Amino acid sequence: MSVKMNFRIPFLIFLLVCTALLSLTLGKYEVTLNEIVRFFAASAGMDTMDGDRYALLRNILLDIRLPRIVAAGLIGAALSVSGAAFQSMFINPLVSPALLGVLAGASFGAALGMIVSDSWFVVQSCAFVCGFAAVLVAVGIARLYQGDRLLMLILGGIISGALFTSLLSIVKYLADPYNQLPAIVYWLMGGLSLADAGTVYPASLPIGAGILCLLLFSRYLNILSMGDDEAKSLGINVGRIRMILIFFATLISALTVVIGGLIGWVGLIIPHVARMLVGPDNRVLMPTAALIGAVYLIAVDDVSRLLFSVEVPLGIVTSLMGIPFFVLVLKNARKGWA
Amino acid sequence: MLLVAENVTFGYPDKPVLHDVSLAVRRGEIISLLGPNGSGKTTLLKTLLGFHRIEKGRVLFEGRSISSLDLKSLARSIAYVPQIHRASFAYRVVDVVLMGRIPHKSFFSRYTDEDMDIALATLDKLSILHLKERPYTRISGGERQLTLIARAMTQGAHTFIMDEPANGLDYGNQIKLLEGLMDLCDEGYTFIKSTHFPDHALWVADRVVMLKEGRIIADGAPDDVITSENLFALYGREVDVHSLRESFKVCIPRKIGKCRCAPSKRDKKYDNV
Repeated sequence: MSVKMNFRIPFLIFLLVCTALLSLTLGKYEVTLNEIVRFFAASAGMDTMDGDRYALLRNILLDIRLPRIVAAGLIGAALSVSGAAFQSMFINPLVSPALLGVLAGASFGAALGMIVSDSWFVVQSCAFVCGFAAVLVAVGIARLYQGDRLLMLILGGIISGALFTSLLSIVKYLADPYNQLPAIVYWLMGGLSLADAGTVYPASLPIGAGILCLLLFSRYLNILSMGDDEAKSLGINVGRIRMILIFFATLISALTVVIGGLIGWVGLIIPHVARMLVGPDNRVLMPTAALIGAVYLIAVDDVSRLLFSVEVPLGIVTSLMGIPFFVLVLKNARKGWA
Repeated sequence: MLLVAENVTFGYPDKPVLHDVSLAVRRGEIISLLGPNGSGKTTLLKTLLGFHRIEKGRVLFEGRSISSLDLKSLARSIAYVPQIHRASFAYRVVDVVLMGRIPHKSFFSRYTDEDMDIALATLDKLSILHLKERPYTRISGGERQLTLIARAMTQGAHTFIMDEPANGLDYGNQIKLLEGLMDLCDEGYTFIKSTHFPDHALWVADRVVMLKEGRIIADGAPDDVITSENLFALYGREVDVHSLRESFKVCIPRKIGKCRCAPSKRDKKYDNV
């Protein structure tokens, strides 16, 4: 394990930096890598650059492209880490961050925000709050009855997800079909075209913190994945740790919807890819999943904005690329998710 | 007394699983818990681990109420070895054993080389060091049971609560397990285990506790407690307990024993019973 960790994590960090730099060069307006390096040198005061050119580059790179790249990286990392955490915590390699209803809740919230207000901030707040509300409903339902905690949580999540999906349908039905309904539908397809610096940078702090907190719990995820009784007998306060993990996973998942709408499959597939590369030990798996998720979503976002003359919603591309990939991953199901 | 259950009643309000159960465990004992399916064996074991919030009665560990003890410090004393189960994730055997060090760690401290040495030494002691790099999902049931025992030892615990440890093991591994328990018991470890094999209890237990419908119906030395009457009361089958030598007994089901002991009548299968 230690050997793998020693070279894989730095390699993935290097890959992430390269992907991000390369993505900065991609776009309608051509900017070379050389120029990007010079721009950053100039902004650090180590180089000089023509004033107009500098302002133009500043606009393109820092105001348009970088927020989008940061958003893609953070969303990819957040969904992958919460997916990996949920898979270990629920001892089930087939669950995704949507398990407890956070994505359904946040989608409903965003749609509701769109019909009650024109303010983008209201839409985002509604998405965030309803994402949390959906998970609270799931946890609340699970607490109604005694029994296997994990099973009750999963059932609570199914009920909560179904509830918020129905509520979303109501909102869609009531929405104005000429303006609001298309906006809702496009939003639910997931995409980063609206990810501007004003949204991304404030959200990146809690997302980053949430990801780091989940990473800190990696060792405990290993133990939770052995089952509640074993974890308890190893001196772990299972209920409390699980609630902390659910809180952080919900926080970062809800924020991904706030930034980029519904982006499916990443939280399910990337943990599997990471597991194939480094094995199931969460101490290595979690950071690996975060980095691969970030690289993957940055790359997919490049495809979605450049492949065709019009932008294809990111959520559609992740699904289309994810599904064949998942069929390949299924090969491993037989071998016990090594 | 190491571990004491006093008048414990636990279960669903309308249907208690344990009725007024009292049990005292001495240090260094092997206690075998016998009882039919659904008699409350697992519930009793989990109660002794402090997993259940009991309605009546109390459980004391070294004289202090188990519910008042800190989970971590309890884990350094009592370990739970669950029934073998299908694991979902293919952790390396050594990583599973290393999990036993978690009650010795604070939130931010990492596993050290010393922890790794303890884990490896335990694997070596149980003669499964060669498995250390193997995925936990792809070793045999017996090896998985030994891995869980190794983890329990790595915890630093001296009291092991084992839920049907022989379940699912082949004959050779069952014997290996019982031999292992005897050796560890000589070193001062305490075992409380449930089993479906009265023979196992006769062979290695210091004490046998019989549980039926949530009540203890017998508690004592194996030779005194494992009798035809008690086995009939527990399982509803007639079983003879034979002495092979002065101090060694085996159980033989009466109907099967009769048939096998009268070979001349074997042709008329079973009709002499």
